[in-house]
Amino acid sequence: MLKFTEDHEWLRLEGDIATVGITDHAAEQLGDLVFVELPEVGANLNKGDGAAVVESVKAASDIYAPLAGEIIEINQAIVDDPSIVNRDPLGGGWFYKLKLTDTKAIEGLMDEAAYKALVG
Amino acid sequence: MGGDALTASEPLKRTPLHGLHEDQSARMLPFAGYEMPLQYPLGVLKEHLHTRAAAGLFDVSHMGQIILRAHSGNVLDAARALERLIPADILDVAPGRQRYAFLTSRSGGIIDDLMVANLGDELLLVVNAARKLTDAEHLRAHLSDTCDIIHLEHRALMALQGPRAEAALMRLAPECVMMRFMDVRRLAIMGTECVVSRSGYTGEDGFEISTPADVSREIAEGLFEDEAVAPVGLGARDSLRLEAGLCLYGSDIDETTTPVEAALTWGIPKVRRRHGSREGEFPGAGVILGQLENGVDRRRVGLRPEGRAPVRAGARLFAAEASDEAIGGVTSGGYGPSVEAPVSMGYVTVALASPETQIFAEVRGKRLPITVSTLPFIDTHYKCG
Repeated sequence: MLKFTEDHEWLRLEGDIATVGITDHAAEQLGDLVFVELPEVGANLNKGDGAAVVESVKAASDIYAPLAGEIIEINQAIVDDPSIVNRDPLGGGWFYKLKLTDTKAIEGLMDEAAYKALVG
Repeated sequence: MGGDALTASEPLKRTPLHGLHEDQSARMLPFAGYEMPLQYPLGVLKEHLHTRAAAGLFDVSHMGQIILRAHSGNVLDAARALERLIPADILDVAPGRQRYAFLTSRSGGIIDDLMVANLGDELLLVVNAARKLTDAEHLRAHLSDTCDIIHLEHRALMALQGPRAEAALMRLAPECVMMRFMDVRRLAIMGTECVVSRSGYTGEDGFEISTPADVSREIAEGLFEDEAVAPVGLGARDSLRLEAGLCLYGSDIDETTTPVEAALTWGIPKVRRRHGSREGEFPGAGVILGQLENGVDRRRVGLRPEGRAPVRAGARLFAAEASDEAIGGVTSGGYGPSVEAPVSMGYVTVALASPETQIFAEVRGKRLPITVSTLPFIDTHYKCG
């Protein structure tokens, strides 16, 4: 299932593993990315903790953990080439995989229709 | 970027080109009391690269344009007067030429940096937007005994920058091809007299074009008819000037930095220094001439982060990874699209100010290696020959 947060992240859940990235809207607002910093594999994050940093030419932005969990994999490709996030934010531009502490918590997040209504 | 000089309750001013920015879908931001284009749909990165590859057109109408005209009508008297406030050789600026200069304060700090152009009968000063009211008041307070100080309203100012700038402007003003870097001319563009200088803030060849407000949109659209010309916002203007090693007033220089600390002493000629025929006689001369002789404690330098993370304004600098005391700070920093690497500028204690010195910058609680570097970060392309 694909879910969204108000901070413009998306999650794709398979079992208890969520792949997390930022939305088209976020990528477009941020502009061309020039730097990405990802969390460490093995890090335990609470919902709302800073998980990653992205930078455009002009500014840095924090990306937050949408739900609590353990980082089990990060996408080195976007560290090597941040432009992948702008080109393919919902696919190849994924940030990290999170083993969720509580898979039921995902139900509290927005579905695609609700997110589309939010960003207009 | 610099902040808003006015209080939040005052409505933002608009430049004469505002309608064009809206039509071009610019993303606007408040800057120095004006609503200015930060970027257009192309985005900061691509606008930056386009300027260095082709031509970018910037609206900089928010900047101040101030005429200094001697009561005598003789431009040399205006130059003499201005030398009372600026440690430069203004008398040496011939008609049709302009020069970079800075207004100094009694403590030796910098009130503003500016361009001074000799238009033959009067001087035209182009000053920073956030400082223009301060500058006009400063000029009036000191020079109105011998000069009229006229802050021009109803003018626009555009910068056309890049290797294709000349080709674009020559379609409207063929004589621009005769101009070399830092020349200033009154040229007719689409039937109206404009003031054009061959200069800019990007490190590229280009022109700065001062026009009456009411024809500015027509002239901008005339330039956009050349497909090589794209609109470029203040976001890319900042990354372009940073790569070119140019100071931003309010970030890299201000009233707390002397020209010696700011490594701008090339702007202070021998004639205004100790033993020069017009030694001193400008605000802060004691401090500044003293620093030229005895040195300073800190100096502005270029900085190259070793990794990929940009190191932005406000980051503290340290001599070693685990030092407690900062030895400097970053005043401008970001990503250089043409350099394809992060670049910064800041002040460091002089003992560590030599190029290749390795120091550390604190970013998000971590100490990142950063190397002192010469400026500019790119090759510049001024048309000097």
